[in-house]
Amino acid sequence: MMIGNFPYIVAMLLVAIGIYALLFKRNLIKLVIGISLVETGVNLFLVTLGYRTAGIAPIYTYAPNAKPMVLPTPQALTLTSIVIGLATTALLLSFVVFIYRHYGTLNVREIKELRG
Amino acid sequence: MNPLSFHAPVLLIAIPLLGAFAVPLIGRLGAHLRRIFTGLIALLTTACAGLVAATVFSAGTPITYVLGGRLTLPSGMNFPIRIILEVDGMSTFMVILTALILVTAVFYSFSYWRRRSGGTMYDSLLFLLGAGIFGMELTGDMFNFFVFLEITSIAACGLIGFRVWQGRSQEAAFKTMALYTLSGLFVLLAIGLLYGKYDGLNIAYLAAHIGSGLVDRIALGLLLVALAMKAGVVPMHMWAPDAYGEAPAPISAVLVANSQASLYGLFRVLFTLYGLAISVTTLGWIMIVLALLTIFIGVTMALIQSDIKRLIAYGAVSQIGYMLLGVGVGLATSAGQPDYGLVAMQGGIFHMINDAACVGLLFLAAGVIIRAAGTRNLNMMGGLAHDMRWTAMFFMIGALALAGIPPFNGFASKLMIYESTFRYSPILAVIAILGSILLLAVFLKVFQAAFLGPRTISPIERPSRLMLASMGVLALVVIAFGLFPGFFVHTIVGPAAKALWLGRDAYIGAVMGG
Repeated sequence: MMIGNFPYIVAMLLVAIGIYALLFKRNLIKLVIGISLVETGVNLFLVTLGYRTAGIAPIYTYAPNAKPMVLPTPQALTLTSIVIGLATTALLLSFVVFIYRHYGTLNVREIKELRG
Repeated sequence: MNPLSFHAPVLLIAIPLLGAFAVPLIGRLGAHLRRIFTGLIALLTTACAGLVAATVFSAGTPITYVLGGRLTLPSGMNFPIRIILEVDGMSTFMVILTALILVTAVFYSFSYWRRRSGGTMYDSLLFLLGAGIFGMELTGDMFNFFVFLEITSIAACGLIGFRVWQGRSQEAAFKTMALYTLSGLFVLLAIGLLYGKYDGLNIAYLAAHIGSGLVDRIALGLLLVALAMKAGVVPMHMWAPDAYGEAPAPISAVLVANSQASLYGLFRVLFTLYGLAISVTTLGWIMIVLALLTIFIGVTMALIQSDIKRLIAYGAVSQIGYMLLGVGVGLATSAGQPDYGLVAMQGGIFHMINDAACVGLLFLAAGVIIRAAGTRNLNMMGGLAHDMRWTAMFFMIGALALAGIPPFNGFASKLMIYESTFRYSPILAVIAILGSILLLAVFLKVFQAAFLGPRTISPIERPSRLMLASMGVLALVVIAFGLFPGFFVHTIVGPAAKALWLGRDAYIGAVMGG
């Protein structure tokens, strides 16, 4: 099946939407969602990078099949990146919880002890 | 080579990492034992850093350490994806800097947390941050660099937001974490682009093949923005004053080392990964403009602060500008390689360790001042010098060094930057000197406000001996580097500048052979 550059376009679109959310949204939760979108876009980009049309899973014992294999390295990178993403999202959300407890709001405009 | 110095690079990452995960277990056995263990790990890490330095300086060439299985380097390289640690003069310089700040921060922290016991988790995160910074400085692999970058991000933000009972620290931690994560993802995207084009992640392998196509340029742009953001370069500095200002005092000092590790990453990308494959003059001028902006904005924002830690934080931001200025001039002239270009590089790099020492000293002193005065507002302090002579003296040393007054270390490195940038373009030196003079005015105001005048408040809490000793170590470094700049430039700064300026082929050769 030919899908060409379509996955790359989707990945970059996800990154762009995430950056848009980071720049223009005021709700802290939406900022975290924006970061997660960027991360998903980057992960999708990495997986797409290693994809070969009609490729098989990169396991050593499958090698004699003479079929093209999907590249294993980008998958390893993506796996690591997903784990790191989980940690950063959890940490960000826990900061949001504490901010809400202290200020009673999630609006960035209303949380402004640190200015100037 | 004896086995200990052979394994020193990986031990330097492994020991703080072990410390980070063992501290919670040891902590169960009692607070006293935990302190002994924490101190031991900090000292072992420092010893390891010394060992790495001794090994690299005696070898004279970059040394490599291959993780996972035997692989005959440099000639028999068949898997460019293997994880390799590669240590050259610049990495060694950064390791010395980080070890110095980390060990003082650990010992200062012992008595810093006496009343509010944060204890186990704090020590754990501090070692994790240390391991991440060392990893960034030692790795020879792009993806590994990203992983260590994220480790420092998570650990640093956990520490910035450590005082969960303060809303301000949570706000700073969220902001910093959001920007750190974004910069980490940009780095990952750039690594993906480079991997897609060259099928490799090893820095030396990539450097040997890198071209100047569109993909390379996009990757370079992403790396540049991401690492400059994490180093706190204006106009991407928004997180820096919040993070430095709201973090506990010893953490602010370590955060400075963390920012400088990102700056090291930036230099590594520009000089080693890309080298002359890119237009060095254009990129050098971009760095110079960013540097001047950073100096100017940092100093002017420091002028209007009344919160002591936030003021020092803006001072720290402005100092990043001086390092960028020196190395930017070095980059711009790296094609022709005139003498003053090397001096500019040396000045910029020398300023990194000087800045870490004197800003670290100021942050540690500010922690003591805030404890004693019970406030961070400069307008409500006064007369602290009557009761805290040593702290007053250490603060004065730090402030004068930061402003570049002889005989302290800031003068030595700034003079090298002034002289060499003047040769390149006089206006640069004029702006840099102006920044320093303003900074002197700012810090004299702080000193006057906090320490001089009649005894209006009596100190709530005096600094412990351990806190004074930690500050004393940094003050000694500040004075020693100021009195004997020639010796230190020759022994540690020279090899670092040479590794970036001329060492690209040696760096590639250590892995790829030839």
